Amino acid sequence: MSSQVHGVQHFDKAKRAEIKFSEEAMKVVQTIISHYPEGKQKSALLPVLHIAQAEFGGWLSPETMDYIASVLKIKPIEVFEVASFYTMYNLQPVGKCVLEVCQTSSCWLNGAEDIVKYIEKKLSIKVGETTKDGMFTLKVAECLGSCGTAPMLQCGASFHENLTYEKVDNLIEKYKSENRLRSYTDLDYKNTI
Amino acid sequence: MKKLLIHNDKVPNIHTLDVYRAQGGYASVEKALKTMTPDQVTEEVKKSGLRGRGGAGFPTGMKWSFLAKPEGVPRYLVCNADESEPGTFKDRYLMEKIPHALIEGMITSSYALGAKTSYIYIRGEYFYVARILEQAIAEAYAAGWLGKNILGTDFSHDCHVQVGGGAYICGEETALLESLEGKRGNPRIKPPFPAVAGLWGCPTVVNNVETIAAVCPIVNMGGEEYAKIGIGKSTGTKLISASGHINKPGVYEIELGVPVEEFIFSDEYCGGIRNGKKLKAVVAGGSSVPILPTELILKTAKGEPRLMTYESLADGGFQTGTMLGSGGFIVMDEDTSIVKNLFTFTRFYHHESCGQCSPCREGTGWMEKILHKFLDGTANESDVDLLWDIQSKIEGKTICPLGEAAAWPVAAAIRHFKDEFLEIARKKKFTDVSHYNRLNKISA
Repeated sequence: MSSQVHGVQHFDKAKRAEIKFSEEAMKVVQTIISHYPEGKQKSALLPVLHIAQAEFGGWLSPETMDYIASVLKIKPIEVFEVASFYTMYNLQPVGKCVLEVCQTSSCWLNGAEDIVKYIEKKLSIKVGETTKDGMFTLKVAECLGSCGTAPMLQCGASFHENLTYEKVDNLIEKYKSENRLRSYTDLDYKNTI
Repeated sequence: MKKLLIHNDKVPNIHTLDVYRAQGGYASVEKALKTMTPDQVTEEVKKSGLRGRGGAGFPTGMKWSFLAKPEGVPRYLVCNADESEPGTFKDRYLMEKIPHALIEGMITSSYALGAKTSYIYIRGEYFYVARILEQAIAEAYAAGWLGKNILGTDFSHDCHVQVGGGAYICGEETALLESLEGKRGNPRIKPPFPAVAGLWGCPTVVNNVETIAAVCPIVNMGGEEYAKIGIGKSTGTKLISASGHINKPGVYEIELGVPVEEFIFSDEYCGGIRNGKKLKAVVAGGSSVPILPTELILKTAKGEPRLMTYESLADGGFQTGTMLGSGGFIVMDEDTSIVKNLFTFTRFYHHESCGQCSPCREGTGWMEKILHKFLDGTANESDVDLLWDIQSKIEGKTICPLGEAAAWPVAAAIRHFKDEFLEIARKKKFTDVSHYNRLNKISA
């Protein structure tokens, strides 16, 4: 962690220059800021960090966090302390598809551990690791509010529920063939598998 | 059975404004804005006996009446859609299926409170639900249900959605407000309560999704009529999230007062225990409420049938009772290891502790470690006493109720299932048969 704190304090100006919201993303950011009273633009931080994560490679680098601080006119540490508090922000690079398997009570009662083991074996990675091709990262998550349709995993905006091994096979195939970054902000969230 | 919230959830395209309106939607806004004063709306909510549906069960009308109304200071309504209590998924269901039910409730409630702006704070993991809400809000603006001079009256209102970043603690109302201000979700010390100093220091009411949605039928039918539904102080209907080893998991709207036995075994609701197994235990109101064994969940210690009400579930206190909580109803069959289930709860609370208060930050971690020893087969019998000791030193010693939420499940598991802990400690071996082969069966 300390290296990241370091990164926030001594950002790399060259890298920082590459990080800039597209015009389209900036419009969304401005709309979010407009939802709050004058001078309370810091309130936009959580949603804007989601957009930043989706726009800048699926994680929040120190340079990205510095950029967000400049956009919202707040101190870099105000961004870092938030980004490091909430679980949905990745402070390290991750694969294009982050598979988050819920492991709390109802999902555990319905075999979430077996789903985790199955994915570990299938992708030859352990929880917390990323496949060599950079396609998948496997994580475990705490209750995702899908207890009645357990076991489940979330990938980006999509909930994949009532999982079976076969469903896991299918969604991994699908994600591989699509080969794109999947983020929480995806509009394509319909659960098709 | 009377349904007020999700009675039309199966109507095609009920998520759209046109269909929702054709089903009688937004009637409460019309009635309130055109025929009632804000105080009259609050009065109806008081009469209805509606209690907060997020878990605490505090009377909503009373909470509203605490709202400070200093001149020239904006007031806010904030909807708590940070549904994260393990076992609870009813708000997600309501917002996903009938988003306008929440938006209608936001407008009517904001009118009562005099709030010109409201926010729906939704957990980040429900990003796709936030999209659905945003689309519904856009429809409502286009049709004049939101914005300036609604229905030609003086009342103007803006409603916005904010997504969180993944933190259970933000379901605690002051942590939620911190998060809404773009900060870490550290709960605030109370007082001052949000009703006096909430969002950006302004008077604020924070209500759960289901609570706000319930304001619509209350205004439509009148508080007194609403109060006739249910039993005693448990008025109205409640959404129950049913999960675990049951034949029909899902969200059920019940009239408060349904017997627990009927809820678990009748085909109208959970449809009984899966695979012909026997019932072992139930967590009736989300992970933080005490787990009860079969004999105590079906009947109170006095031998009376246990009902799905705030009072009946709490009958006997924590010695023999539990709480309705959020209505997260987790059912466990005879093969379930209570110790392992508790481990998943405790791991959850350790993960979700914000870290502000030492008893919670350290205690949840210690409890997880000790429970891990049980799963490893390295625990001693004295570790049960140690667990009890730690939980008793968290409860009541933290800024927010996450401390209690983490302590109660541990205490209840030991209170009712101590032998299971002791057996593992004596045998030095934990065999988990809880979930084996379940998936294979489902896959087949």
